[in-house]
Formats: sequence, structure tokens, C-alpha cells
Amino acid sequence: MFKDTLTPAREAPLASTGLVGWLRANLFSGPVNSLVTLAGLYILYLLLVPVIDWALLKADWSGADRTACTSGGACWVFVANRLQQFTYGFYPSSELWRINLTFVLFVGQLAWLAWPNAPAKSWVAPFVVLVFPFIAFMLLYGGYFGLSIVSTHQWGGLTLTLILAVVGIVAALPFGTILALGRRSHMPIVRSLSVVFIEFWRGVPLITVLFMSSVMLPLFVPEELTLDKLVRAMIGIIFFQSAYMAEVVRGGLQAIPKGQYEAAEALGLNYWKMMGLIVLPQAMKMMIPGIVNTFIALFKDTSLVLIIGLFDLLAIVQAGLSDPNWLGYSTEGYVFAGLVFWVFCFGMSKYSQHLEHKLYTGHKKR
Amino acid sequence: MSSTPNAHQVRFWRDPAKRALIFQLILLALVAWCIWIIVDNTLNNLSTRGITTGFGFLNDTSGFAIAQSLIPYSETDTYGRTFVVGLLNTLLVSFFGIIFATILGFILGVARLSPNWLIAKFASAYVEVFRNIPLLLQMFFWYFAVLRTLPGPRDSLNINDTLFLNVRGLYLPEPIPGAGFHFIWLALTVAIAVSVWLVRFNHRRQQATGQRFPAYWLSLLLIAGLPLLVFFALGRPLEWNYPELRGFNFRGGMAVIPEFLALWLSLSIYTAAFIAEIVRSGIQAVSHGQTEAAHALGIKDSLTLRLVVIPQAMRVIIPPLTSQYLNLTKNSSLATAIGYPDLVSVFAGTTLNQTGQAIEVIAITMLVYLTISLSVSWFMNWFNARMALVER
Repeated sequence: MFKDTLTPAREAPLASTGLVGWLRANLFSGPVNSLVTLAGLYILYLLLVPVIDWALLKADWSGADRTACTSGGACWVFVANRLQQFTYGFYPSSELWRINLTFVLFVGQLAWLAWPNAPAKSWVAPFVVLVFPFIAFMLLYGGYFGLSIVSTHQWGGLTLTLILAVVGIVAALPFGTILALGRRSHMPIVRSLSVVFIEFWRGVPLITVLFMSSVMLPLFVPEELTLDKLVRAMIGIIFFQSAYMAEVVRGGLQAIPKGQYEAAEALGLNYWKMMGLIVLPQAMKMMIPGIVNTFIALFKDTSLVLIIGLFDLLAIVQAGLSDPNWLGYSTEGYVFAGLVFWVFCFGMSKYSQHLEHKLYTGHKKR
Repeated sequence: MSSTPNAHQVRFWRDPAKRALIFQLILLALVAWCIWIIVDNTLNNLSTRGITTGFGFLNDTSGFAIAQSLIPYSETDTYGRTFVVGLLNTLLVSFFGIIFATILGFILGVARLSPNWLIAKFASAYVEVFRNIPLLLQMFFWYFAVLRTLPGPRDSLNINDTLFLNVRGLYLPEPIPGAGFHFIWLALTVAIAVSVWLVRFNHRRQQATGQRFPAYWLSLLLIAGLPLLVFFALGRPLEWNYPELRGFNFRGGMAVIPEFLALWLSLSIYTAAFIAEIVRSGIQAVSHGQTEAAHALGIKDSLTLRLVVIPQAMRVIIPPLTSQYLNLTKNSSLATAIGYPDLVSVFAGTTLNQTGQAIEVIAITMLVYLTISLSVSWFMNWFNARMALVER
């Protein structure tokens, strides 16, 4: 009658484990849910089948002109033929290695910085911010070491988009930090000047800023000084972006507990040492996701420069669409441009989420 | 410490208060100097180019037509009036954009939390796709790849002979209110007023006696029912002016220009992705303990949602939601890229090109957006102060 051993545990019922269990829990947990799932699957079928058919199965991939597009699907020939222009703009073909080299150098440095436990990071970071911009300018613009000059109106495509976004964010970081410190300062004039500056640029749309930099900026400087169109756009973007960056930095500063400030003061550190050695390094860590998000926003916003006549990726695709030889392939052009933007933005947002997770060491209340 | 320096002996650059004062004075002087240089340069440049400054141009005749206008406008009107037309068009597209984006965003935000895996994944795919593609690109897609490739008026997409969609836009029947239609507006106003009173009365009654009646359903019935009742009592004083194809174009009805449709669609679809994220995080911010506590108190599911979860989620949702509304309004300035006659397009675009008054025009345009932004953020601060948790 007595048992001195436990009855072995039975297997979980088949219907609650594995694929069947998952399906029952997530897709068919009740009559309403099942109906919704079926309707969803049907809609998905209606959406995906024509899209895949158009974009992949019936598409034409290679050829020389539009006569190659005969199968009725997407005409990727258009994109393939203009890929060089979409990537490099009107940069001379013989000089493309300069863009490639700049890109490889930049990505190499970023990879170095992003690699955990890479050596000499503290030397690479200032190099990227302080020295590399000059190297990049010499390579891209030329005029040094026997490189021929490629003037900025020949820059375009994805290259220009990346240049605008990277320059905007790198230059906005120091300005934004100063503005954020100013906004949290105890000095009334410094604080009000910072607040006015930040709120002004945050309150107006980027388009009006670009209009302003393209039509008003030439009036602000002495007549002898003619500013390049690209430089004017960059100045506008940097002002605009520093205001947004200032708010990101302010968020980071506010997340540092007051005890850290007080401890720094108790050690007798002056303002700049307190900020530079204690507060900003900790705040910087918390700001990284915010900075990446600002960068994503800026990367998307660079497409607005087409309104003032610069040829970024979107503008150059748009210009290609009005080519009489390729009329009627606007969907292909936009899908390609959208895909490029999407890959960059989505990749960066995933990276920022990863960083947020990795850098979380507690300060935030949970 | 043999000689403790007293206040008089401290060098002024060691005294934080004096140092701060000197630093600020230097900063102020620098800023003033910069502004003076800019003003000086500008005046010099303007005089060499022969441009006169001032706002007198606002009274000059504009001489250009605008495709869509909420107020009567013709080519003989002044630049001042083009400004008003542009501003109203900006507000119009922002208003409709905000409404559609909010509806879509709330549905998607709730869908992302759905227990149904397919629905949740669908919503998150929507969010990830549309918020990672530039708005301008989406706008171009809707305008150039969709709306501009529609058939001409003769082969319009025809829905039930009332809606027509073609390359020139969307044609809708136009409601023409008949005699006594204003009584319906009156009935609606009365119904809303009574409903507000009803909800308040219900609240007071519940505080006093603990009993409540379904005031929300009653007021919904009232708001929908009373105007309908008056409508039928008056013998349906409303006629529809249907669009009709005459020759090469449609006559009658209401026409919505394709630029408006493209702008409205892209703004709403783009902003909805951001609103969905805000709604999701707002709902997730309400801890599950709140729901459990409400259930433990015997509050039923629908009331838990309405009285416990939503009010707390709204506190988290509303501030970022408002800034999304503001973003949408500012983003509507992209209209200029597809030619929708908004403020930037007709004023900072055409008017600026015709008059050459760059400084005045850009300043007015920026001031308009600044005013909108600042008033919304003041409202937000007021709202936050009112809604902030008062902790014991």
C-alpha cells in the first residue's frame, strides 16, 4: 500500500508544448483570436504575394536600358545602371577611390571604438573627432598632395547624405554639451542665453532653417566672403542639431544623482574638473542611446537638403526619375532609396538598443 | 592657518559670485558684438543690392494663384493674404494629420501588446518600417509613385458613383445644409453640455452615495441621438452635391487636391509609427500590480481599464504625444517639396522669390512656427503641473 518512491513526472500534455503549444498559446487561444489570426494570415497573403511577385519573381535585374524590362515586374535595371551615381553623386569616376578610402578609414575607426576590449581606444576617439575630419576633407575635396580638387557641387548621393549626417552630429556634440551645461548653469545670463538658443532652434522646422541658411546667411557675412552651398547647409544643420543634442546631454546630466555633484564639490574639484572628470563621463554613457537616436533623426532629415538644391541620396534618385529614358520607374527608385535609408536607420536603432542594455549599470529607478 | 583671509582680502577672481558676474558680462558683450556685426553686414549687403527693408510688401498685389484656399483668394489679393492662406492650409493639414495619426497610432500601439502573436508582429513591423524611412521619401512615394500615376478624370476610380479618385485628386459629395440646419448644431451643443453635466453629476452622486449609472453610455447616446432626432424631425434638411464628369473634368462636389492627400497620408502614417511606440510604452509603464490590485478589489475588467490603467497610462502618454503633434505640424512644412500650398511653400517660397524680402519673410515664417511651438510647450508645462503625481 505504501510507496516509497515518487511517481515519475508525466510529460507535459502535447498540446501545451512545442509548436502546437506555441500555436495554441499565441495564435489560436480562443475563438476570437483564431478568427483574427486567420483574417491576418489572409491579409498577409493578399499583401505579400503581389509584392514578392513584383519585386523578385517577375523582376528584371540586368540590362543596358529600359528595353531590358519586359517581364512586367520591377525594373531593377534602372537602379543597377545608376548605382554609381546613387552612391557617389557626380564625383569623377577616376577619383572614386578617395571616397572609398575615406569610408573604409571611418568605418575602421568606428569598428575599433565599438569593439569591446580594443587597445588604445582613448587615443582613437579624439583622433576620430579632432584629426580625422581634416584628413577626410583633404581626401574628398583634394588640393593637397597632388590630389585634384573636386568641388562640392559634384558631391552627392549616399556619400553626401553620410557626410552631412556625420559632420552634423560630430560638430553638434561639443556645441550641444556647452549649451546643456549653460542651461543647467546657476548664472542667469548664461542660462537664459542657452534657453533662448535651444528653444529657438527646436521650435522651427528644419526646412525654414535650411531656407534661412541658404538665403539669409549670405547677407550676414561680409560681401567678399562667399559661402559654398554645402557649407551653408551644414551651418544650418549644425545649429539645428546642437539644440537637439543639448537636450540629450541635459537628459544625461539630469540622470546623474545629486550626490555625485556634491561628492565632487566635497573633494574640492572646481566646476570644469567636476564636469570633466566626474559628471560628463558618467552622463556620456547614459547619453549614447540618445545620441544614436538623434543621429538617426538627422540621417533621415538630411533628405531635406534637396529642397535647397543639394543632391543627397533621395534628391539624386528623384533626379534620375525625371530622366526621359527612364520615366515610369519611380516606385523602383523610391523602394531602393527607402531600403538604403531603412537599413542604416534600423541597424543603428538596433545597435542603440543593444548599447542601452549593455551600459545599464543602475542609476535609473526600476 | 595663521592668517585666515577675510572677505575683503579675497582676490576678486577667486570669489565665485564676482567671477560669475564678470564672465557673464564678457559673454553678453561677445553676443552683442556678434549681433552688431551681423546687423552691420546685413545692412551693408542690402544697400549694395538695392533691397529696401520693411513690411510694406505685405500690402502689394501678389499676382499668383493658389491651388487650395480656405478663404476667398485670387491673384489680385495681397501678399498679406497669401500668408493667411498658407497658414490656414498648414493648420488644415496638421489638424487632419493629427486626427488620423492618433487613431492609427493608438490602434497600432495596443496591437503591439496583443496576445495574438501575428497581430503584435504586424504592428511592430509597421512601426519599424515606417519610422526608419525619411518622411520626405514617403511623401514622394505617395505623391509621385501612387497619386500621380492614377488614371485621368475620364477613367477615374469610381466608388459607388459618389467618390472619384483620379490624377487630379479625390472628388467627394459636398453636403449642402438646408433650411433650419443650424438647429442640428444647436442640438449637438445642448447634448454635449448636458453630457458634461451628466458625467459630473454621476461623479458627485457616486462620491455621496456610492451608486453610479452608466453615464458615459448615456452621454454617447445623447450626443449621437439628439442631433439625429432633430435632423429627422426637421425633415432631413441636408442635400448632397455629387461630383459629375463634365467634359474633361469633374464639376460639383468637393475636390481634395492630390498634394493634400499625399501630405496628409505620409504625415499620418509616419507619425502614427511614433505614436504607437508612445502608447505602448505608456501602457507598459503602468505596473501589473495596479491591474491585480483592481481585480482584488472586485473591479471588473472594463472598469479596471478605464478607471485604473488608462488614467495612469495617459499621464505617461500625453507629454510625448503632444511633442509628436508638434513634430507633425513642423513636418507639414515639407509640403513645399510636392507643391502643397502651405505656409512655407506659398510664403517662404513663392512670396520670397517674387519680393526678395528674404529677412522679413523668413523671420515671419519662423515666428509663426515658434509661436505654435512655444504655446504648445507652455500648455504642456501647465498640464504636467496639473497632472503630476502629488505624493504624500
